[in-house]
Order: sequence, then C-alpha cells, then structure tokens
Amino acid sequence: MRVEDFEIELERLAGAAPVWRAVVKAAEWRRLCQQVHAKGGRLVACWGSDERQQGRGLVVNAALVIRSGLVWLTLTADNDTYPGIADIFPAANRMQRAIGDLLGIHPDPAGDTRPWLRHAAWPEHDYPLRKDFDAHTPHPAASQVYPFVTVEGDGVHEIPVGPVHAGVIEPGHFRFSVLGERILRLEERLGYTHKGVEKLFESLTLEEGARLAGRISGDSTVAYAWAYAMATESATGITPPDRAMWLRALLLERERIANHLGDLGALGNDAGLAFGLAQFSRLKEDWLRSSADLFGHRYLMDCIVPGGVGIDMDERAIVRLLTELDVLAKAVADLRIIYDDHAGLQDRFINAGCVSPELAVRLGLCGLAGRASAQAWDLRAQFPTAPYDQLDVNMATHRNGDVAARVTVRFDETHEALRLCRLILQGLPGGCVLSGLATCPDGAHGVGWVEGWRGEVFIALEAGPDNRIRRLHPHDPSWQNWPLLEHAVLDNIVPDFPLINKSFNLSYSGHDL
Amino acid sequence: MYKIIRKIIQAGIQTEPPPAIDNTLRHTPQRLSEEVLKRFRGALAIRHVDAGSCNGCELEIHALNNPYYNLEGLGIQIVASPRHADMLLVTGPVSRHMQVALKRTYAAMPEPKLVVAIGDCGCSGGLFGESYASCGRVSNVIPVDVMVPGCPPAPIDIMQGILTAISGGNQVASSPATHDALNDRG
Repeated sequence: MRVEDFEIELERLAGAAPVWRAVVKAAEWRRLCQQVHAKGGRLVACWGSDERQQGRGLVVNAALVIRSGLVWLTLTADNDTYPGIADIFPAANRMQRAIGDLLGIHPDPAGDTRPWLRHAAWPEHDYPLRKDFDAHTPHPAASQVYPFVTVEGDGVHEIPVGPVHAGVIEPGHFRFSVLGERILRLEERLGYTHKGVEKLFESLTLEEGARLAGRISGDSTVAYAWAYAMATESATGITPPDRAMWLRALLLERERIANHLGDLGALGNDAGLAFGLAQFSRLKEDWLRSSADLFGHRYLMDCIVPGGVGIDMDERAIVRLLTELDVLAKAVADLRIIYDDHAGLQDRFINAGCVSPELAVRLGLCGLAGRASAQAWDLRAQFPTAPYDQLDVNMATHRNGDVAARVTVRFDETHEALRLCRLILQGLPGGCVLSGLATCPDGAHGVGWVEGWRGEVFIALEAGPDNRIRRLHPHDPSWQNWPLLEHAVLDNIVPDFPLINKSFNLSYSGHDL
Repeated sequence: MYKIIRKIIQAGIQTEPPPAIDNTLRHTPQRLSEEVLKRFRGALAIRHVDAGSCNGCELEIHALNNPYYNLEGLGIQIVASPRHADMLLVTGPVSRHMQVALKRTYAAMPEPKLVVAIGDCGCSGGLFGESYASCGRVSNVIPVDVMVPGCPPAPIDIMQGILTAISGGNQVASSPATHDALNDRG
C-alpha cells in the first residue's frame, strides 16, 4: 500500500524519515488499519495523548508502516473509548492496555481489561499522562492481585519467576505452567521498571530531552538518541550537516556490534560453552574501550545531540578504527567457525524456541528476531535515511526462527555492520558536525525512526511553546516481540528458557518506560 | 577442540590488577568487624537487583566477569539467590513497582550484609529523581554502605566500590550494628 492509495488527506512531515500524518474519524480509523494490514503493512506503535488543552480531547495514535514509509494516524476518543485494533494487529493488545493505564481511554470492544503498566504506584482512576495529573506526588502503594491465566489438569503446576531474576538482568515476572519440564504456557507480566519516562519528558525542553532519550534503554542509547534527534529536527525543520549523519551511522553500527558481541558470548555460555563468553566478552571490552578513547563514552551515551553530534574524529582515529575493524572481523570469523562446528552448541541452538514465519507475520514479530523468522524488514535497507541511502545495506534474514537462526542473524549482521563501519570511515565527508537548533513552532510534530540493534526504535514528538516538549512517545521494538517469546517457549523445557530468552534479548526498561 | 585450545592460548591471560579502595565512596561507616571482612575478602557472594535501571549499569556489571576484570578471580561471585548473598548490588532509581521486591530481596539476605548502590540513579535518583513512579535513590528504600556514581560507572569503578565495601577503612569500632550483625549470624 502506498501513500497515494489512502482516501484521506495526509500531511507529509518534514525530516529525514518518510512520514505522513492525518487526523481521522472513527469510521476511517479501523478501515485504514484493515487496509494497511491486508496489504502486508505493520503496526509500529499505538499510544495515547491528552490533547484536551488544544481542544482535541483525549486521542489515540497509531503508527503504521506501508510501502511508502510510515503513516501516523490520530483519532479523538469518544466518551473515553475508541475502536480497538488488536483484532487486526495483535501487538496492539498490550499497547491498548497501557493506554488505558496511563490515559484512561479504552478500546471498544474492551478485550483484555487487565492493567498492563500500572501495578500499585497509582490508583486505578488516576491517569499519569493526563495533563492534570501531578507527577510529583507519590500515591500510597495498594496491594494488587494480578489474575494470571491458569492451566489446569493432572500434574500441571506453576513456576513463578521474578521480578528479581537469577542473573544480572532487568526485572519482570514470568509465570510458567509446566508439566514435568515441558512448558505448557508462559505468561509475562512487565511494568516493574516503569519510572515515568513519558511524563518526565513533558517537563523538559527539546534540548534537555536528549539525555533522557539516551537513557530509555541503556543498551540502545545510540538508537534512541538518534531517533530523538531525528524527531526534534523533523519538528523544527532543520537538517544536520552531512558529516554528522555519517558519524551517527558509525555510532549506531558500533552499538549494534557491541550488543551482538555481548549476545553471541552470552548465548554460547547459556548453552554451556563458557569459552564463547570469555572470547566474545574480551572482544566486546576491547570495542568498548576504543569507544571510550575516541568518543568519550563506552556506550556512546550523549554523543548524538539534536542538530548533529557532539563528537568528531581526526585522521589518526580513522586509521585506528580501520585497523580495529580488521582485527575484529578476523576474530569473529574464527569464533563463528568454532560455533558452527561445535556439535554440543548446535544441539542446544537448533529447534530451540522456534517462531515460524507464519506466526511471526500474524503477531507482528519485528527487528532482529523478526528477521530470523523471515520477516524481512530493516529500515536501513527499505527506508534508508542518510547515510544509509549511499551504503546499500544487506539485510540478514533466516527462515528457521529458532535460537540457531537468531544466532546466525547476529553473526551476519555483525559482519555487515563491520563492512558498513569501513565504508563510513572511508567515505566520511568533511565539514562541521553540529548545526544550531532553530526555534521549534508550538504544536509542530516530529518523528524519529531508527533501526537499532534490536529493531526499529520510534519516537513521536509534539512540541509545545518555548521549545518545550508537549508530548513524546518513545516506542521500543520489544513491545512487539515480548508476546512472541510466550509462543517461542511452548513445548520447550524450562531449562532452555534462559537460552531462548537471551536469543531474543528484549528490553524491559524500553518497554516499561 | 584444537581450534578452541589454540584460541585460548592465543588470547592468553588478560586479567588486569584490581583497583585500590576509595573510602570517599562510602555512604555509611564500615559496620562489619575485621574478622568478618577477612572472610568476605576471600569469598564474597553478590546478588544483583535491578530496581528500575535503563540496563546500562547491568552491561557494566556483566563486564566485571570478562577476562580483563575477572571478578571471580578475586573470589567474588555473583549468585542467583539473595539467600546465598553477602552483598547486594542495586542499580537504577528504585521504581515504585520494584520497591517491595527490593525490600524483600534485602530482607531475604542473611546478616551480616552489605549494600552497594550502582550508578547515578542508584546514588541520587539520577535523571528520574522522585516522582509518582520513582522512589529516587536506593538509600531511600534500604540502607546503603557504598555508592558508585557514573552513568554507567565503568567496571573498574564498580569493582572499586565492591572492594571498598569489604575494606576495613573508616571503620567504627564496636558499633551496635556490628554486634547485631554478628549475633544474627549466630
């Protein structure tokens, strides 16, 4: 489906990403979602906003991918309800529940009415994203019983895991229903790391928001910082210098490589090959140290700022990085052979945690995990913004959808990211790296859309007066992928859960906000 | 197998020396006796709780076990249960949704126990501060011995915080807390 096929008026937003926006009526809302779905489009994000002060009431938004790019639809809720879209895009289910918790508008028909992000931090009939909600006053914690779906039958029992997990990972709750060691059902409960990120953005200026954007999900700080910068530049109507765009891509690929190295090591370790962890964690540490030396931060936090980048590099640094790429490429290639040849490792990887391409497309699996289940979406290849439009990115995909496929995609993407880093270092244009941010018009909209290592990071922005943020919604690809983990583990054994979970490596913080 | 062994030999031993202790990181004076600390120095079990972090600090805690820092080489192990732990590493501002879980984890640890708050968020609440959703810094929820600032703090700084927490520096002799702690251990 192309943008010309829409029967409604769409406004093209300024900025790097191909984004169109429209305010729609209730009848159009569902029809458009159905049309996009029927033509193979996807739901990127669904979120709500309080626009009562602008006379638009409480609204629900959806960002949909079509062949031309991204379409951002806005619908005013009628009497605190709106037509739900979870039957069209199942991934919308949790997003709609979160909208209910945060804004107090609900889909019709109601569907799953259990809270999602709200545990006990605020009462049922208070809504943090309404403008009259006081963000500073804590509410007395109420105890809350969450009705998990139970599985009954002879010999079935439950294993509750979390929110504090056995490893060094983020908090969340997993409720397993098992028969012996076999997993009959997994139900996730997230929201433990909800720390009021969206509300906090509304107290910040466009400039101040960059630091917070870089801390939505620490492992994807570059992707978020770039998406945030892209959104502010889109709203303000400025274009950063060429050199800044190339450096941003270098940073994003460095982040991708760092995370893939970490995951490849951890996946080896979770399957019993401690050697893999030792080797990959050594390579990752070398990589992080050179980031710290050259760009001032091991994870590249705060390197990307609205208007450009806060770092630059000279000829000596380029030579150093080119040498580093050669060393790393060789080391990863050596380890890949060892992984591929290791029967014990492959025995654990192959057929574990399988998500078939049919299930992946139905439920909207995206990003790295999606590509390992034949969902061929990669913004860098399909909607390339500068400099990716000049780099001809090779997308890595696989059809098997198991842990082995997600390992293979990580190896392939590491290889490709190393190639891209080399091209960027060789083709880096000259000039300045930062252009001043002009005054942003009150009410301007902007969108950031970046292919992070985990998948597409999306940021929708509405500016307020005096360069302040009126509303900002950051969306992590983990929203789409968490529900698929529940399916991936079915019929696997409990001891394989850590391996399967790690092969997705989804974000809690980026999801809980 | 030959390739694995060759790679191990090629890589060699990369472990670097541990950092010196830094008593300016202390939030409260040392409560534990030299006798207890001596045992901790030989074999310390750590439990980690992410109380609401962005996952940045977790990446650096992971790095502690890479060959360069080799935390386990110092006899310091990250364990799966608070029941086995002598020390709690806490990251993040404490989200209100993690407040109960953090308190319960702390309560589940046997005495004597130490708490090290990791990162700017753990030390001060960081960017998130206190709000409807965040309790702010870790010491607002449980007692903290040592604080390691940074966003995220580098592995070497986290290691320094851990080693400082089990050092005898700034010790307050025969403080009531120490007696209680030792008695509790029986």
